[in-house]
Amino acid sequence: MSTATDLLPASRGGTGTQTGGRRFGAFRFFGGQSKSGGEGVAKRVQFSSPFLPYLFLAPQLAIIFIFFYWPSVQAIQSSFYLEDPFGFGSTFVGMTNYTDVLKSGEYLGIARFTAVFTALVTFFALSIGLLLAVKADGVIRGNAAYKTLLIWVYAIAPPVAGLIGMMFFDQHIGPIVELARWFGWDIKVGLNYFDTAFSMVVVSVWKQIPYNFIFFLSGLQGIPVSVREAAAIDCRSGFRRFWTVILPLLAPTAFFLLIINVTYALFDTFGVIDVMVKDKAANNPITLVYKVYMDGFRGNDLGGSSAQSVILMLIVFVLTIFQFRFIERRVHYN
Amino acid sequence: MAAITIAEVSKIYHGNVEAVKSVSIDIEDGEFIVLVGPSGCGKSTLLRMVAGLETISKGTVTIGSRVINDVDPAERDIAMVFQNYALYPHMTVYDNLAYGLKNRKTPKAEIDARVAEAARMLEIEPYLARKPRALSGGQRQRVAMGRAIVRKPAAFLFDEPLSNLDAKLRVSMRGEIKRLQKRLGTTSLYVTHDQLEAMTLADRLVVLNGGRIEQIGRPLDVYHRPASTFVASFIGSPAMNLIKGQIEGGSLQIGLYRIELGSRAPVEGAVTVGLRAEDLRLAGVGEDAMLFQVDYVEELGAQRLVHGTIEGQPLTIALSPEMPLSGDLAVTIAVDRLHFFSPETGKRLERGTSFAGDAPAQNLRLETAS
Amino acid sequence: MYRTKIFDHVILLFGVFIMVAPVVVAFMTSTHEAADIHRNGLSLTWGGHFVETYQTVLTRQGGFTGKITGFNMMLNSMILGLGFAVGKIVLSMLAAYALVYFRFPLATFFFWVIFTTLLLPLEVRILPSYEVMNTLKLTNTYTGLIVPLLASATGTFYFRQFFKSVPDELLEAARIDGAGPFKFFIDVLVPLSRTMMAAIFIIMFVYGWNQYLWPTLMTTDEGFFTLVRGIKQILLVWVGSNIPDYNEAFALAILAMLPPVMIVVIFQRWFIKGLTESDK
Repeated sequence: MSTATDLLPASRGGTGTQTGGRRFGAFRFFGGQSKSGGEGVAKRVQFSSPFLPYLFLAPQLAIIFIFFYWPSVQAIQSSFYLEDPFGFGSTFVGMTNYTDVLKSGEYLGIARFTAVFTALVTFFALSIGLLLAVKADGVIRGNAAYKTLLIWVYAIAPPVAGLIGMMFFDQHIGPIVELARWFGWDIKVGLNYFDTAFSMVVVSVWKQIPYNFIFFLSGLQGIPVSVREAAAIDCRSGFRRFWTVILPLLAPTAFFLLIINVTYALFDTFGVIDVMVKDKAANNPITLVYKVYMDGFRGNDLGGSSAQSVILMLIVFVLTIFQFRFIERRVHYN
Repeated sequence: MAAITIAEVSKIYHGNVEAVKSVSIDIEDGEFIVLVGPSGCGKSTLLRMVAGLETISKGTVTIGSRVINDVDPAERDIAMVFQNYALYPHMTVYDNLAYGLKNRKTPKAEIDARVAEAARMLEIEPYLARKPRALSGGQRQRVAMGRAIVRKPAAFLFDEPLSNLDAKLRVSMRGEIKRLQKRLGTTSLYVTHDQLEAMTLADRLVVLNGGRIEQIGRPLDVYHRPASTFVASFIGSPAMNLIKGQIEGGSLQIGLYRIELGSRAPVEGAVTVGLRAEDLRLAGVGEDAMLFQVDYVEELGAQRLVHGTIEGQPLTIALSPEMPLSGDLAVTIAVDRLHFFSPETGKRLERGTSFAGDAPAQNLRLETAS
Repeated sequence: MYRTKIFDHVILLFGVFIMVAPVVVAFMTSTHEAADIHRNGLSLTWGGHFVETYQTVLTRQGGFTGKITGFNMMLNSMILGLGFAVGKIVLSMLAAYALVYFRFPLATFFFWVIFTTLLLPLEVRILPSYEVMNTLKLTNTYTGLIVPLLASATGTFYFRQFFKSVPDELLEAARIDGAGPFKFFIDVLVPLSRTMMAAIFIIMFVYGWNQYLWPTLMTTDEGFFTLVRGIKQILLVWVGSNIPDYNEAFALAILAMLPPVMIVVIFQRWFIKGLTESDK
């Protein structure tokens, strides 16, 4: 097994970004680091110059300090303060903002919904993406056409996907609503909590399928022909072959996508949700990120919103650590 | 064109790993020196220190009359040919050759002339407009050579330039490098792990092991008088047979066999005996011989390698394929073809020299202990 | 064997249907008149009002202040997409070059400073980021729209990974050929990175064009609205009216997805390469 794992390029699992991506370059970074050992020293020969490297780094660093570190520190800082509603200064309140948030039934309800939403979106987006990738990998005729037609939705922005979704779930003209009526289900998006949640999951999954499809397909195509041939000789049943040989080899890709999909469901679905709840969040399901936005910009609750931000930071942090541990273990196997 | 002096040069990496240990080599102007040794012996590090790609931890390197320890690689007046050629993949062959000259602000007309000359010499004129990826391995190798030649440097540095080529091409390129170097007369330092390449190319070869020089010498001198068991087993193919023996009272004891050495005996006590496979031969009728038990035979066409044991110690013998083989063999060797090494240090033990007037006992004389 | 293949095609065709149909329906419906859509629902047939609807959407003054047309929004989207992609490539190539090709004492420190940005997405720090922009008076400017989005390390890691995969000998050969840091970067590294730059450009352009949350916060002046940012405004107007302008809403959605979809489809090979193989 270990030989087979070696054959799968680590890159397959450890690459990529979410919609142009921000955070999960980290994934590959850790993988790369564990293999190459030292950090920073990449080349046998390097230039040495007293000021040039700083000159090259300066623009990137300036932007990061102003637009990343400064606001991040501010978020942590203001999560310990209570802002005067009229903007006349603020008072230090310690952990009050956190305890308020974590004791609020509304917040916990939203957290519960976020968890369910994330689980559903991740599960369906991954399964459908994998199913289509396996089938597309299997057929020869029309392979390129399928590929193009299945990935293009990647380029559609989440709120645009939300808008199209809204139309399909529209009370008057939505075909999905009509279809459901056939089965005796009267979908009322925006009015009924469950129906809105359902439509949000459908649209979010739809938008994410292409991404998973691309990665699973390139993961499958990265499995050496010789391994497939060896498996074909050893095992007659195609399904069993997939289950015992192909799927384990796809595991790194799948794990990488799992993390990406979780963060997609947590953060990038903001556009979908914002369009679909149309500013009437009161009776509608929303996610934690949307709550941060609502409290901060609509509710002007700077302290509470900041505390929620910090809680989200911790969630992302735990996800990253989790992913890091996994990578270490995988590298260790090899 | 210049002489290169490497004086007590060491390379110490952080963590006190000493990759090269106080190496000194005097390279004459126009000489072709080959650094040879197994991987990790420090040969590439040494070359890269001369090139300026690694800093020199201790000692000095002089090219011509200039100590170049702190000189930038571009200013050292050297050219280097890399194992993977390191051609710039986005430039045409012409631009690959011209790049270094352009950076030195050489006039355009002269660049054209030099590139044309190098291309003619290497027969790559038809490819000047192509990108490296459109060339075969051998052609890329020539372009890499061309990039070195156009610069007209004081020295060529070669870092295993042939190891990415297939066996056949390697032999022909080997010949071409030799021919080219002789024609240009440029001082050359060449790194390889292939002893055959080293033997065929070198004016003198430097055998390195564990960061130290084992031996410097002309190829045939190194072959005939290896300075250590390491050199003995590294240079020459098949490797020299090394077996255990004991010298007592001027005769060498190998298992049950006792061989008269007379005044040739270098020392008393335990020795490692070296026997080249091609020095061993089948004993004629009536000759003293040792019993060689045959394990298996490798047919090389021109030669036949017979593997087996004498007194339980493994040996290889090179025989002519015409000789009929039958079961075990009776073999012998000329006494003056025996090499002796210290079993402790592996260093060569010189045979006694006092036998000059002695009638040379060419043939092996045995006394079999009963 | 043959039967299985048929079954595979059925699944794939169904998948294609699910992915493609909504967009085709959106496009077809956008060519019908609003009243027609209100009466008959979504449509799969050509409505014949393509030119007038799209002309209206692109040129009519819209929004609350009447300052913005579809064409202006498209222009803003283009500025955001291009500005972001180009900025990202320039910044991250320079930073990656410093990190990979230079030996300097603070290299590891700066590496971690940059790396940390991967841990926290913009979404979790929107409010304080907005405050900072207010302090710097950058709201409702293109700078405020583009530059803060550049404060992450993805591009830097793509290029760092790529630079590390460039054979060491190229730098060594170039140094012997007399190339200094600037010459090596311009003459060797940039030309070598062309494919990589193209791939990253595509991904980043799509990412920039599709930004929603940040433009929503940064731009209250409708003159700076992007198409994706404008979507919600469309919906707000649409919800209020008697016969909603479904056709115009769909037309704007189609316009908003057209450039990124075109780029992804046309440059599919580079796009997939950039996404999945950026460490080659």
